[in-house]
Amino acid sequence: MAFKIASSPHVTRNMHTSTVMQRVILCLLPGLVVQCAFFGWGTLIQVLLAIIVALSCEAAVMKLRNRSIKASLSDNSAMLTAILIGVAIPPLAPWWMIVMGTVFAIVIVKHLYGGLGHNLFNPAMAAYVLLLVSFPVQMTSWIAPSTVALNTPSVIDSLQLIFNVGAHGGMDQFRLGIDGISMATPLDTLKTDLSLGLTTTESLAKSIFDGGTGVGWFWVNLAYLAGGLVLLKLKAIRWHISTGVLVGLFVASSIGFLLSPDMQASPLFHLFSGATMLAAFFIATDPVTAATSPRGRLIFGALIGVLVYIIRTQGGYPDAFAFAVLLANLCAPFIDYYVRPRTYGHSAG
Amino acid sequence: MTNYREIAWQGLWKNNPGLVQLLGLCPLLAVTATLTNALGLGIATMLVLIGSNVLVSLVRDYVPKEIRIPVFVMIIAALVTAVQLLVNAYAYGLYMSLGIFLPLIVTNCIIIGRAEAFASRNNAFSAAFDGLMMGLGFTLVLAVLGATREILGQGTLFDGADQLLGPWAKALTMQVWQVDTPFLLAMLPPGAFIVMGLLIALKNVIDKKLKERQPEAAVQPSVTRARITKVS
Repeated sequence: MAFKIASSPHVTRNMHTSTVMQRVILCLLPGLVVQCAFFGWGTLIQVLLAIIVALSCEAAVMKLRNRSIKASLSDNSAMLTAILIGVAIPPLAPWWMIVMGTVFAIVIVKHLYGGLGHNLFNPAMAAYVLLLVSFPVQMTSWIAPSTVALNTPSVIDSLQLIFNVGAHGGMDQFRLGIDGISMATPLDTLKTDLSLGLTTTESLAKSIFDGGTGVGWFWVNLAYLAGGLVLLKLKAIRWHISTGVLVGLFVASSIGFLLSPDMQASPLFHLFSGATMLAAFFIATDPVTAATSPRGRLIFGALIGVLVYIIRTQGGYPDAFAFAVLLANLCAPFIDYYVRPRTYGHSAG
Repeated sequence: MTNYREIAWQGLWKNNPGLVQLLGLCPLLAVTATLTNALGLGIATMLVLIGSNVLVSLVRDYVPKEIRIPVFVMIIAALVTAVQLLVNAYAYGLYMSLGIFLPLIVTNCIIIGRAEAFASRNNAFSAAFDGLMMGLGFTLVLAVLGATREILGQGTLFDGADQLLGPWAKALTMQVWQVDTPFLLAMLPPGAFIVMGLLIALKNVIDKKLKERQPEAAVQPSVTRARITKVS
């Protein structure tokens, strides 16, 4: 009788990368649907465009590297990156922006560092930062939520705006069209108002902040929260990073709010505005670029939360998650070095 | 060592200061947002490099070994000051746009590096030639980087060439393609790092291709023996 000898780990979960990625993508869908409901078809078009570009880039790079194209396309990671970029950028941004961002994410951030599992930075967030730093005007003009906008663009309108053809042809007309229907995000509006000398309460009385955290944004965040909770239940992600992010942001913004309630938004506003829930559950939890041990992940998440609060209140950009995630990515090896789980049978330290 | 061909090959390609030695990265990345700036800084560096190599080579027998570095630094600093004053006098626009990086040539590692590694061991002629070739290699990398970033960033080439070459050079400025929104990243330092990395990668690919093409000629016919007794 032969004993089968296998090396550790002996307890494994039968869950491949493609399954995890697939579940993450499925759990993103409710948020995507709500985002489309409030901000029109643009988001969906951007996501589709990004997926096409990402898969082509992935296939091209795999061919250059003499690897199996099929294996890398079927692990769904490129598709997830594409979807994250698609939901992060403004719905009516011109097509070349998302193409450029996606190519950058897949080719430079992911594959030049060695492909899936070797990248230092979160590809989607690096692409977002590339676009935000390069084209600040386009990246900060969000479309008004459908409930307050006078007219919402149809599918055809969105396509024409994104691809800059048809009735909106010509750059000037295109810009005019954008300005007619676009507006700053709630986070941006609040920041501008505070710099103009208004207090938080005065600023929040505007119509865009219906209900305290901004029209549409509250529901979008709630949908991503729901998706994230399902993801936790499916065990596709662990709870440490998301909890760290939310607690970090909550604590930091509570301290700020208690110190100067007139000049700071409430913790609730921070938690349910901008990209908070999307980032906490779907972006920060990327297993490749995060810290690895449970304690390390808590620290990693809390670092993101605190950084987001600092950059949101002190920085020049409207939302801060992309920067915070990249900075925390940089710190992940450092955190892993100092936070090592105790090996069984050895004393701590 | 007066193999001029070897010196040229070392400076322009094999031991290129920008792509292989990675010396002087700070000005390389900071001022190459346009081709004009890149050429201006490259030529200024080349002038300093030739001058310092010649002077160091001339005094190499009279300088005690222990204090050679301070002496070299003083020679270089004097030359940089001269070049800076020249640029200030004859190309004021360029002087303003290069800013601090013009006086900072004095800290550029290429110059002290070549003084120490080459000029202090060779005669003045080959030192001058080495300075020219190293400077040319550096200038070429700067120019390629500057041109790439300028085309990507604002779609022009030779923008502001009149600052470097005089009013007639305004005609040199060309619009390669029309950009509606400037691609800021290409003009910021991160863009320089990325383009630089791609350039180094390109050089490595070319080297690899060259190597692949060569081995047939380079294989030495070695004596094969049936049995080799252990020597050591």
